Amino acid sequence: MLSAHVLGVGVLGPGLPDWPTAAALLRGESPYVAVASALPPPAALPPAERRRAGRVVRLALAIGAQAVADAGVCTGNLPAVFASSAGDGDNCHEICEALASAERSISPTRFHNSVHNAAAGYWSIAQGCQAPSTALCALDASFGAGLLEALLQLRAGAESVLLAAYDVDDPPPLRAHGSVSDAFGVALVLGAAPQARARLQLSFTQAPPTRLTEPALEALRESIPAARALPLLQWLSRPMQGCVVLDYLPEQRLQLHLTP
Amino acid sequence: MTRMDAVWIRDYTAASALGLGRAATRATLEAGRSALAPCRFESAALSTWVGEVAGVDAVRLPAAHAAYNCRNNRLAQLGLSQDGFAERARERIAHWGAARVGVFMGTSTSGVLETELAYRERDALTGALPQGFEYRRAHNAFALTDYVRRVLGATGPAVTICTACSSSAKVFAAAQRMLAADLIDAAIVGGVDSLCLTTLYGFHSLQLTAPGPCRPFDRMRDGLSISEAAAFAWLERPSGDTAGSDVLLLGTGESSDAHHMSSPHPEGAGARRAMQAALQTASLRACDIDYINLHGTGTPSNDAAEARAVHALFGSQVPCSSTKGASGHALGAAGALEALICALALQAGLMPGGLNTDEPDTSLQVDYLTSNRRAALARVLSNSFGFGGANCSLLFARADGARAS
Repeated sequence: MLSAHVLGVGVLGPGLPDWPTAAALLRGESPYVAVASALPPPAALPPAERRRAGRVVRLALAIGAQAVADAGVCTGNLPAVFASSAGDGDNCHEICEALASAERSISPTRFHNSVHNAAAGYWSIAQGCQAPSTALCALDASFGAGLLEALLQLRAGAESVLLAAYDVDDPPPLRAHGSVSDAFGVALVLGAAPQARARLQLSFTQAPPTRLTEPALEALRESIPAARALPLLQWLSRPMQGCVVLDYLPEQRLQLHLTP
Repeated sequence: MTRMDAVWIRDYTAASALGLGRAATRATLEAGRSALAPCRFESAALSTWVGEVAGVDAVRLPAAHAAYNCRNNRLAQLGLSQDGFAERARERIAHWGAARVGVFMGTSTSGVLETELAYRERDALTGALPQGFEYRRAHNAFALTDYVRRVLGATGPAVTICTACSSSAKVFAAAQRMLAADLIDAAIVGGVDSLCLTTLYGFHSLQLTAPGPCRPFDRMRDGLSISEAAAFAWLERPSGDTAGSDVLLLGTGESSDAHHMSSPHPEGAGARRAMQAALQTASLRACDIDYINLHGTGTPSNDAAEARAVHALFGSQVPCSSTKGASGHALGAAGALEALICALALQAGLMPGGLNTDEPDTSLQVDYLTSNRRAALARVLSNSFGFGGANCSLLFARADGARAS
């Protein structure tokens, strides 16, 4: 059975500015108020890249930085799995508008930022990390696909791995066709060796996904693919022996057996 | 780096500018024929050459999956139809059980062409995209994987890997991990990328497209030629049914450049790290490799960086070539296409010579083949490097030559 220890957590979403705040909300210690996500410029990038970093790169680098700081791990040789249900809609919109115009002039930066692994590339540059990184997409199953890949990398010999799952809402007119209501991202540093931190074991199940009791948080879970991780985050906010089921593909869900 | 369990490439096929199916692909390589031609794609007004697959737009998806219709999925369907791949896949899915077969596809742009075309037809008043625009099934990167799993009927784990030009090399590594963990009994891997204006105009904006056919490793090389391809393989754990002439995936190596979004590390540090990891996971040494299928895009900096990395690990002894002079650069499908060219090379005993290279760049200290060479091959390496510094190197071997002497 695939398993991992959760060494660090990062989160950023509407009304969830960081993991300590999100953990308190998920424990029910303070009421959830959904305010739009604010994405900080990535401090780890050189000034030129920092200015040009779009919302997707800002979000991915912010949650990654939170998680590695929480875990207290060195990023120099940390493999990374990036997962996003759609990619960079802002960038795609600009390119498609340009291609629909008479000039068809695309900026070189916009083009190289259009790749789905742009955030993974900027993360490796910012951290000086030559370890493998990957960028996945599985629509609504993207968090689950990323979690599976991270656990498989641990099984294949990695000591620890960063998982970052994130989605950013599209601008019009793409917005009408997407499935993301606002920016939301979650990052976990997962380790193979026994640690003092929580342990999870993964298996496939047909059971329905675990829901959140707070209606606004449950609405968030349903409206952003990366937020399908919220039941796991709720458990991590108050670890106890138990089991959560996360959304994955239409045919199967991921069951996580959890040990504090 | 721990040694990995070998994976059996039980079946494979491809549809690319080189031809439809294994025999046509092999015939083009054996003839030393380039499939590149001046770009006539859609309304592109660029002086560059491309490798366009003929007949893609005449392909009709099965009616039950018509919502997935886009050039990329039409090309996927064309690929699945070659060599009886889809029929045998359905039989094997019935054998293993649908939930035990995973689907792992690589693409860089999936169906973005549909969105490019839709942006020409926005409502003048509201800016809305036209009726019938289908984002999830005909544009999104997962649209490809979702199409393949639905049309073949596999329901196991599925994901699209989207790391630009190494996408469909990395799917082999991801599927290997999932087979090794016994989460699945078989995997359908592959890559499909199709011509679109984003990549044609995008690479042009970076001044990376050659005005003529690309000339990898030539002294006068001046850029890449974009192409399109669909390439698929059926992977299983080796068994008693594995024949000596069958091909195994023995090693996979992945790394990041951590250098620049669209330029390689000048010394090829990330490329070297990926090749080294492929050797280590296969428990092999550089001298065990008989041929290297290079990434070899034909841009001055890419080829120079890769040559330095190859020379640092292998010296100048191992014959190598880029097949992109024949096929063009199929971007997110290049890794899978070239993996299958490696399988053909191993089975045919053929090292395909690099085309269009009139004057090999002598500052690149590798044994670059400019014409086909016949020799028994046991173990070969395939390189794929992408934007964002995402590198992947795959090591393939004939089952009867998998272990070094």
